[in-house]
Amino acid sequence: MITTRGLTKRFGSVLAVDGVDLDVRRGDIYGFLGANGSGKTTTVRLLLGLVLATSGDISVLDEPMPKSARRVLPRVGALVEGPAAYGHMSGRANLMLYDAAGPASPRRSRRTRGKRVDEALATVGLDGVGRRPVKAYSLGMRQRLGLAAALLANAELLVLDEPTNGLDPQGIREIRELILQLHAAGTTVFLSSHLLAEIEQMCTRVGVLDRGRLVLQDDLDALQRPTGRTIVRTPDAASAVAMLDGRVELREGDRLVVRGSDAASLNALLVGRGLRVTELAAERRTLEEIVLDVTSPEAAR
Amino acid sequence: MIVIELRKLFRRPRTWLTIALLDLLPTVVAILIAVTHVGPRPGQGPAFLSAVLANGSLFAVAALAIVLPLFLPVAVAVIAGDSVAGEAQSGMLRYLLIRPVGRTRLLAAKLVATFAFVAVAVVIVAATGYLVGRLFLGHGSQASLSAAVTSVSGSSLTPGQIVWRTIITIGYVAFSMLGVAAMALFLSTLTDSPLSASIGALAFLIGSSLLLTLDAARAILPYLPTRYWLSFIDLFRDPILWRNVERGVALQAIYVVVLLGAAWANFATKDIKS
Repeated sequence: MITTRGLTKRFGSVLAVDGVDLDVRRGDIYGFLGANGSGKTTTVRLLLGLVLATSGDISVLDEPMPKSARRVLPRVGALVEGPAAYGHMSGRANLMLYDAAGPASPRRSRRTRGKRVDEALATVGLDGVGRRPVKAYSLGMRQRLGLAAALLANAELLVLDEPTNGLDPQGIREIRELILQLHAAGTTVFLSSHLLAEIEQMCTRVGVLDRGRLVLQDDLDALQRPTGRTIVRTPDAASAVAMLDGRVELREGDRLVVRGSDAASLNALLVGRGLRVTELAAERRTLEEIVLDVTSPEAAR
Repeated sequence: MIVIELRKLFRRPRTWLTIALLDLLPTVVAILIAVTHVGPRPGQGPAFLSAVLANGSLFAVAALAIVLPLFLPVAVAVIAGDSVAGEAQSGMLRYLLIRPVGRTRLLAAKLVATFAFVAVAVVIVAATGYLVGRLFLGHGSQASLSAAVTSVSGSSLTPGQIVWRTIITIGYVAFSMLGVAAMALFLSTLTDSPLSASIGALAFLIGSSLLLTLDAARAILPYLPTRYWLSFIDLFRDPILWRNVERGVALQAIYVVVLLGAAWANFATKDIKS
């Protein structure tokens, strides 16, 4: 759905995006991670043709960008660096105007405009306040309005830059469910965020940007596959360490990291010797560990 | 997109407020003159003001002459300066471009909307001037529509001549504003701050007006954008002195073409970072 080759963008002397090879496949929820200032938003702008690349190729929905923007962008819904709207108009009027501003298509026909706008407002939970002027909206409501504008396209690809910014926990959860629902209905989602938890809960694939370079890109499952070690929690930690004889790599209080991935037989072994086990699981790395591992400590610019 | 831009512009309270303020100054002038019966001496003060005491229907032209040097260009610079930079500032520019609205198309729509504002503002000022003039000024035997008016050259103009010369004046004044509009639009594509664009365009005009008064600037005088602004007075000579009016139109056309070309060249390849 999105492929870039050697994508580079230089602003003066600053290399904002440096040789990025993105590969987002149909049906992915792609988590695009990176610290503030790592080049995420510039990359999103490059993909949408807002910023023009210094070098490299971009293909979105299998067409070159920005050359085919006219054919590609009607099939893409996007939220770029925060929502925007005309403050003196209502949320509904904003969406009506925005929809009318671009070309009509079978998916965004004039005839169905009012209905689509009302549906989009209802989907993001703004149906009650759609007629109030936007300047009276809270940050969270503006964010929802921006999402509604992205949804109006009935797009094949959603590009969402920090979609849960400014939302309360309840709102974050609603948006997460909405994204999963759209994904289940066949939409590919490109989600840019610096919130690891958000990506970990939703995404099927992640890319990590560090100072303009893509330092990691893989399926989340592959990244989080078992490490071949088992985590054991036991109140009888000292006896367990003695018994397992050298297989324990690390002990932190009642928590042991044991070499070997067969949790079931380890459990049988411990319990067979009369040791109590409170918790036992194959070790998987958290996304946080993975990301911190590949990014440099002073990543913020 | 053009319809959308026009709708946005003319549904915005600010647009009408600007036009109302533009109308205010000539109205105040008319009332003051009507109350005091003290007009500027011929040859002094804004053009035609000395004549309106005799015939109120000339006040349409006088009203244009009052707002032309400063008020009208300020209003045009504010609206045109806001056109692209205002969208950038609100963040809507990026959303319009990914909607997608082509960059050239967006610029063209902004241009048409700005020109429409100029036309509407000039016509409304002239219409208000006419109404106010008829209401407050030029009472007496000469005041009726059928009365002849003395031209700048001293001979008499028939009411029919006055009407079509006023119409040409409205067109000329509107056209004179297009240079300012093009300048502000160009600056509007350069910056994300509408205020900077408007003030930049005004600085350009004030600079031009200042140079006009400078004898040493004689060599560049014919190329200054404000040089022929007041040449519409020549339309009320008998016979009409077309030379400066024609030059004014040609000069404005050159400014408009060059500045719009620059605006397009800049905007079409600009990185949108707003």
